[in-house]
Amino acid sequence: MSKKLVSMTINGNKVEEAVEPRTLLIHFLREKLNLTGAHIGCETSHCGACTVDIDGESVKSCTCLAVQCEGADIKTVEGLASGGVLHAVQEGFYKEHGLQCGFCTPGMLMRAYRLLQENPDPTEEEIRVGMSGNLCRCTGYQNIVKAVQYASRKLREPATDTVAA
Amino acid sequence: MNAPLKEREQALMGIGESRLRKEDARFIQGKGNYVDDVKMPGMLHMDIVRSPLAHARIKRINKEAALAMPGVHAVLTADDLKPLKLHWMPTLAGDVQAVLADEKVVFQMQEVAIVIADDRYIAADAVEAVEVEYEELPVVINPFDALKPDAPVIREDLAGKTEGAHGARTHHNHIFTWEAGDKSSADAAFANAPVTVKQDMFYPRVHPCPLETCGCVASFDPVRGELTTYITSQAPHVVRTVVSMLSGIPESKVRIISPDIGGGFGNKVGVYPGYVCAIVASIVLGRPVKWVEDRIENLSSTAFARDYHMSGELAATPDGKITGLRVEVVADHGAFDACADPTKFPAGMFHIVSGSYDIPAAHCSVKGVYTNKAPGGVAYRCSFRVTEAVYLIERMVDVLAQKLGIDKAEIRARNFIRKDQFPYTSAFGFEYDSGDYHTALQKVLDAVDYKALRAEQAAKRADPNSPTLMGIGLVTFTEVVGAGPSKMCDILGVGMFDSCEIRVHPTGSAIARMGTITQGQGHQTTYAQIIATELGIPSEVIQVEEGDTSTAPYGLGTYGSRSTPVAGAAIALAARKIHAKARKIAAHLLEVAEGDLEWEVDRFKVRGDDSRFKTMKDISWAAYNQPPEGLEPGLEAVHYYDPPNFTYPFGIYLCVVDIDKATGETKIRRFYALDDCGTRINPMIIDGQIHGGLTEGFAVAMGQLLSFDEQGNIQGNSLMDYFVPTAVETPKWETDYTVTPSPHHPLGAKGVAESPHVGSIPTFTSAIVDALSHLGVTHVDMPHTAYRTWKELKRLGVAQ
Ligand code: FES
Ligand code: FES
Repeated sequence: MSKKLVSMTINGNKVEEAVEPRTLLIHFLREKLNLTGAHIGCETSHCGACTVDIDGESVKSCTCLAVQCEGADIKTVEGLASGGVLHAVQEGFYKEHGLQCGFCTPGMLMRAYRLLQENPDPTEEEIRVGMSGNLCRCTGYQNIVKAVQYASRKLREPATDTVAA
Repeated sequence: MNAPLKEREQALMGIGESRLRKEDARFIQGKGNYVDDVKMPGMLHMDIVRSPLAHARIKRINKEAALAMPGVHAVLTADDLKPLKLHWMPTLAGDVQAVLADEKVVFQMQEVAIVIADDRYIAADAVEAVEVEYEELPVVINPFDALKPDAPVIREDLAGKTEGAHGARTHHNHIFTWEAGDKSSADAAFANAPVTVKQDMFYPRVHPCPLETCGCVASFDPVRGELTTYITSQAPHVVRTVVSMLSGIPESKVRIISPDIGGGFGNKVGVYPGYVCAIVASIVLGRPVKWVEDRIENLSSTAFARDYHMSGELAATPDGKITGLRVEVVADHGAFDACADPTKFPAGMFHIVSGSYDIPAAHCSVKGVYTNKAPGGVAYRCSFRVTEAVYLIERMVDVLAQKLGIDKAEIRARNFIRKDQFPYTSAFGFEYDSGDYHTALQKVLDAVDYKALRAEQAAKRADPNSPTLMGIGLVTFTEVVGAGPSKMCDILGVGMFDSCEIRVHPTGSAIARMGTITQGQGHQTTYAQIIATELGIPSEVIQVEEGDTSTAPYGLGTYGSRSTPVAGAAIALAARKIHAKARKIAAHLLEVAEGDLEWEVDRFKVRGDDSRFKTMKDISWAAYNQPPEGLEPGLEAVHYYDPPNFTYPFGIYLCVVDIDKATGETKIRRFYALDDCGTRINPMIIDGQIHGGLTEGFAVAMGQLLSFDEQGNIQGNSLMDYFVPTAVETPKWETDYTVTPSPHHPLGAKGVAESPHVGSIPTFTSAIVDALSHLGVTHVDMPHTAYRTWKELKRLGVAQ
């Protein structure tokens, strides 16, 4: 199958690759770029394990083609921590035991990252609704809610202490 | 060196501490290593051609078009596997299963052929290009129909076999009939009983549906004759044994690695045709082959759970004292008996069905039946068939309470095994290790103000304008976990022990390797805590490794809540061997007799003299540097733990629901879960496990269902239809605990992760039925979806 050149920015790095037009973004990230943080739980856009951030929106990367992302600015879980310091959502999931098997976690983190920009101080209800595109089979969500609340507090009142990546 | 005791203890982060998880750092940064993340040079991709029909003869398979596609390396069918004798494989339940359909298909989505290609896209295209011609055969999906004399023959390969792995077969679709307890004494209890109740109930077919599906990367090195396979397995050592037996490759040349696992819940215990095919393909092609099933394949073909048609009876006195229990089950096993139970127990631990109650006479029988459905019958977040058993007995106690007009808490208290009766031998022969059910029940009733809830319910019932029906569910369950004593439990002849190897390094850090494998339970965190407490080494410097059969000692894996009861004990005892040697070294270093030493948190000290001591760190160095004469150098130990008994965690769960009279929608107003898992190693992780188990229980009770139409078409096999609750539907959980240590476990721990699943499911049903009980309803089958509940309300004349 003939290939098409795509270029985009991923976690701040310029990426240019030739891909088959039918390549899903999730496969492009995982197989071509070795960014295996985003996972595949369904390939039918139900589970959210493949969630990444594209141009300021949460997107299930099994639902879009790599070629659709021409010129896009993409962030994946691998780009969350910066300067050797965990992002507040990562810290929240760690401190509040918001993960178990970890398979949903990259998608959860990327969704929480965007949710807290859309709504910096969400109520519990808003967190539950805001995260409802992401399924978790392990945690029962209770600690995920706490993790997002932790991150929300931290982002609003940046404390001095951080957790090293 | 002489920091206060408390400080030294805390520095260890040992048993009882809510230590943050060691595994999180990699998962929150996208650095996990799951099977689908594994990449090998020259790796090919496998995909599977599956049957669209539930029962049909295969007339012809045409591979040509697929083979002609660029990038396709091979298309293999049963005929290609035949010369290798790999077209069939043994199951863990003593049956055989077709690896690729041999002449006919017996369930929809059965594996018919495999395609190996350069990448997953080409493989998927090639699957479409394989032409299979079928001749349809009559389908049977209901196990009662399957047992009729003229029912279609599902397993032609078993023609003439009147003896199965578990005794006589009396019909061509009959697998086994298994019994426990004493029939004559149970019958006698019923013959004389002033009160009896009977209830039929169906525990529907569901699926564990972990977020990561099953898959593997098989890599055969033709030069060395070695096979390495990364696999989503809850039991890698068992897989190694099975693979070696099947392939003829010596077990020493087979390396099975379970890397990070994205949840298991019983789905990843079995050995599936896809794994075998990928391994064969790698051997045939001499290149690594990856196979990862998609979600629809996962829900359709690997590991369903339950599918038990149960009928229970209780005999009792007029004041509600149970005198007898009888249970009959027809178990739908699908087209192959591929249950993952200890070999001698075709219905697992179903005979825990007498529950938390002192029932003098009991009998149960389970009849396994073939139907045209996928094989499986795994323990979905439970110890083998314990979920079904707990559901049955808890429903029956409610039914009895209702008949006698006794409150459901009161009738339970009247029948509980009393604290002073432990160890207690049940009518089925289980020896319950410890428990204090009355105290736990009272704690829950007080916490929720049970009296006030009942008063509120009465007021609602009296008010014709109330838009909702209120129900209170109560369950007081006991589980049997930690399989198990090898005199009773084995898998394919291997005793169900587990193991631990600990090495303490010269500088005082340590590594432990285990036969289990974590799938989210946090073993790397909790196992280190056990060693920290036992050896006085900070958990921070203890590495825990599992899942690689080339480095870890043999173990039976993680399922049936066996990690803490079995492997946890192995850790403690391996550590105690090291402790004993450390004492000898300390005595030598301090020039005193061993008897003059006492252990204190992280050191041996001379009795009564705080200034003369050797810390574990000092001793570690000495072990490699100046061991006492006659003692071999080094500081390590291995322990294989064969448990003397199972453990019996228990819990008291209470749930309040409000059902909308008009729509049947059910709101879980409150769910209070008290668990007693004995000694608590990491309370934070225990709570997390309980939240997760309750949520899976909620999913099963309120919505999960794998159903089939008359043609055997599976319905609801994608996440569009199969219910996996989001954060919105999931209730908020309240947790509580009591601590009744297991007397026979070295740490007193019993295991916890499955209790919330096992215990919560009947709690939801109990609450739903409770809301309708004043209308004469004694039981409603799951799942309690709004539609099904609405239909019930309509039948009762409540909804329009
Ligand atoms: S894999 Fe994309 S939503 Fe499930
Ligand atoms: S942590 Fe396992 S699916 Fe969420």
